Amino acid sequence: MSVKERDPLTGHETTGHEWDGITELNTRVPRAVWFFVAVTHVWALVYWVFMPSWPLINTYWKGLLNYDQAIVVEEKVAKAYRELDEWRAPLAALSAEEIREIPELMAHVERTAPTLFGDNCAACHGLDLAGAPGYPSLVDDAWLWGGDSETIMETLRVGINAPHPETRFAQMLAFGRDGMLSRPQIRTVVDYVQSLSGLERDLPAARLEEGATIFAENCASCHGENGQGIQEMGAPNLTDAAWVYGGDDETMFKTIYDGRQGWMPAWEDRLTKADRMMLTLYIQSRATEGQP
Amino acid sequence: MMERLTIAERQQAMLLSGGLALVGLALAIVGRGDAMGVHGWITMIFAGGLFFVVGNALYAPAPTDDRATSYYDDPTKVGILISLFWAVIAMGMGVWVAAQLAWPDLRFDAPWSSFGRIRPVHTSGVIFGFGGNALIATSYHVMQRTSRARLAGHVSPWFVLLGFNLFCIIAASGYLMGITQSKEYAEPEWYADIWLVVVWVVYFVLYMRTLARRNEPHIYVANWYYMAFILVVAVLHIVNNLAVPASFSAAKSYSAFSGVQDAMTQWWYGHNAVAFFLTAGFLGMLYYFLPKRAERPIYSYRLSILSFWGIVFFYIWAGSHHLHYTAVPQWVQTLGMTFSVMLLVPSWASAGNALMTLNGAWGKVRDDATLRFMMVAAVFYGLSTFEGSFMAIRAVNSLSHYTDWTVGHVHAGAMGWVALITFGSIYALVPILWRRESMYSWKLVEWHFWLALGGTVIYVFAMWNSGIIQGLMWRTYTESGTLAYSFTDSLVAMHPYYVARTIGGAFFLTGAIIGAFNVIMTIRKVHEQTPELDYPTKSEAGEPAVPAAE
Repeated sequence: MSVKERDPLTGHETTGHEWDGITELNTRVPRAVWFFVAVTHVWALVYWVFMPSWPLINTYWKGLLNYDQAIVVEEKVAKAYRELDEWRAPLAALSAEEIREIPELMAHVERTAPTLFGDNCAACHGLDLAGAPGYPSLVDDAWLWGGDSETIMETLRVGINAPHPETRFAQMLAFGRDGMLSRPQIRTVVDYVQSLSGLERDLPAARLEEGATIFAENCASCHGENGQGIQEMGAPNLTDAAWVYGGDDETMFKTIYDGRQGWMPAWEDRLTKADRMMLTLYIQSRATEGQP
Repeated sequence: MMERLTIAERQQAMLLSGGLALVGLALAIVGRGDAMGVHGWITMIFAGGLFFVVGNALYAPAPTDDRATSYYDDPTKVGILISLFWAVIAMGMGVWVAAQLAWPDLRFDAPWSSFGRIRPVHTSGVIFGFGGNALIATSYHVMQRTSRARLAGHVSPWFVLLGFNLFCIIAASGYLMGITQSKEYAEPEWYADIWLVVVWVVYFVLYMRTLARRNEPHIYVANWYYMAFILVVAVLHIVNNLAVPASFSAAKSYSAFSGVQDAMTQWWYGHNAVAFFLTAGFLGMLYYFLPKRAERPIYSYRLSILSFWGIVFFYIWAGSHHLHYTAVPQWVQTLGMTFSVMLLVPSWASAGNALMTLNGAWGKVRDDATLRFMMVAAVFYGLSTFEGSFMAIRAVNSLSHYTDWTVGHVHAGAMGWVALITFGSIYALVPILWRRESMYSWKLVEWHFWLALGGTVIYVFAMWNSGIIQGLMWRTYTESGTLAYSFTDSLVAMHPYYVARTIGGAFFLTGAIIGAFNVIMTIRKVHEQTPELDYPTKSEAGEPAVPAAE
């Protein structure tokens, strides 16, 4: 079988073998291939000499440059923090009002805060800060706990219903499930609460009156006698157009029947004070954008 | 199909499938209340079904002609059809997961349809279901033809093919039920892994025994690659899946490795799954079907040797380049990077060898979409191996790592190289296997070619753009030294590319569906034509070893 033939097209000889009609030429390996084999191998050799490479018995070859990725990254991180702290230190020390007066500091805040918000807050409150059902809008100027800078800083620090020893605590009771109100009573008080924020439809005066009574007996202790909410307790204002979960019949019935307990993480251990200050300034700067 | 098995072989097949059905039943009983029990039932139904199919034909007439005068192609035929079935299913899953990334709500309100579960169905379905079946089927074909010998055994080829598919079914159904050992491309749990070891060892023995009875003095290059694929995949699979089951009555297990060792073992496996499953095996395919179709001699036997030994030697070291800038010691990363770069020349040598083989046949490449599939596959092989070595360089990797660039790179390889060489080989193989004059429609082959190429190009360009933008956004700092973009910003920037990727994938899927249709119509509608010289022979004049029974 070993009959070497010459390929008429290339002039190269075959190896003389044949498999199911397939033959092979015995063309020599092109010089370029050997050249690049040499280049890549020499490069690898040089790299091994200079950088950490081969394992030895109980250590490894550290390379002539003595380069260590762990040390390099630690140095880079330390340097970055040193530079950051030049302007983060005053942010942590001054009050929001004082910082607003210093344009250089505010420039850092404006560059940094949107990303900080995007990476930490946007998942719930939205990139546009407009919130979603269950996650309050931050641009409607309606505040559960208060919108001044100290209150926002505190909310960020301890969170709401969070596993932080000083966390803010707020709970909407399950009036229906726990048997405090019957279903018809809940429907009545829903109608009443909707009327507070101007969602009033043509309702008989008697029904509104009954709703007002239920409200006074069950809801007013947290939401206030006129329904304007009590910020010390995190109880929302029911007379404005802002809703945390929604102001339609279905949602409100569910809210009153099953209760609600929202949750915001405590950021004290996850963001520095300077970061929280930047977020506070950022939120305040955008607080009234989405007002109706 | 049963008429080519002797009664003793049928009994053997019944014994095996009956035994497996009992194992399935045992798993179902022991694992009741756990997803493993469901796999027990699946195994029992699968093996029990086979038991009855064989049993039904147990006493049908036994083969009368001398089987040594022909090749045994039944398992190849079934393998090709199963491979096409998996192609449609798994690429369909791919389009779905791609669409979920662009529109996350595109799912049912059920855990099984979440991204994390259907994504491995896509990857395993394509790699193992489509690629694995195509490799098994073509290896049966190629080893018989290039050895001029019939398969060594009649039950074991079926055991390998069907056993492998049982593994694929257990894998895919397990993902949907939430079973995973969270090792990429090695997600199935311990009992599935043990089963695959059994199947794979039988495959290796079958391959070696067939080669041992060859009528050729030398072993053809394609067989080197198939052998490397079978042998090394066995080693990789066994080592990476070493684990201790939490209990023998449930699916959960714990890896034998932990921490950095676990990551290193996983990526030694993961990268060599690319090397020996998705490269070596398919190079075997390329080395047989491309010269066969082009009717040209292989450009250089010496280049074949250089690239084969280069690829098998260097690839096995390269896995740690998946772990650059991690807790893996830097010297390990250095070795991974340098070996990846040294790997480039042997890889390009095989791509070059394939393309140079086409010298003198470029007219055929122009006219014949089947050969064009193979040519473009070789080009994409060259492109993606260059890209792979490039991305393995630490400085490049610091930009590309964790981005869509990696996804684009993998798909340049998987779509452009693996799938195109497979489809080309299937189009070359189907008329020969089924003794047909030609494919049912050459126009449909053209359609498939352009859809597949277009889809790949759209996909890969979308992911290059997306990946590089993503990588740059993640590392852009403001003048204050703080990050300029939030992660969400980068997601918003990705969206148009995710839509483009879905479109590219849909093109590719459409091509695969057309291909499957074309193959089925070829089998059903095209006239028979017996090819010359397609039987085992010891004679150099090409006469059958024994006068063929007409």
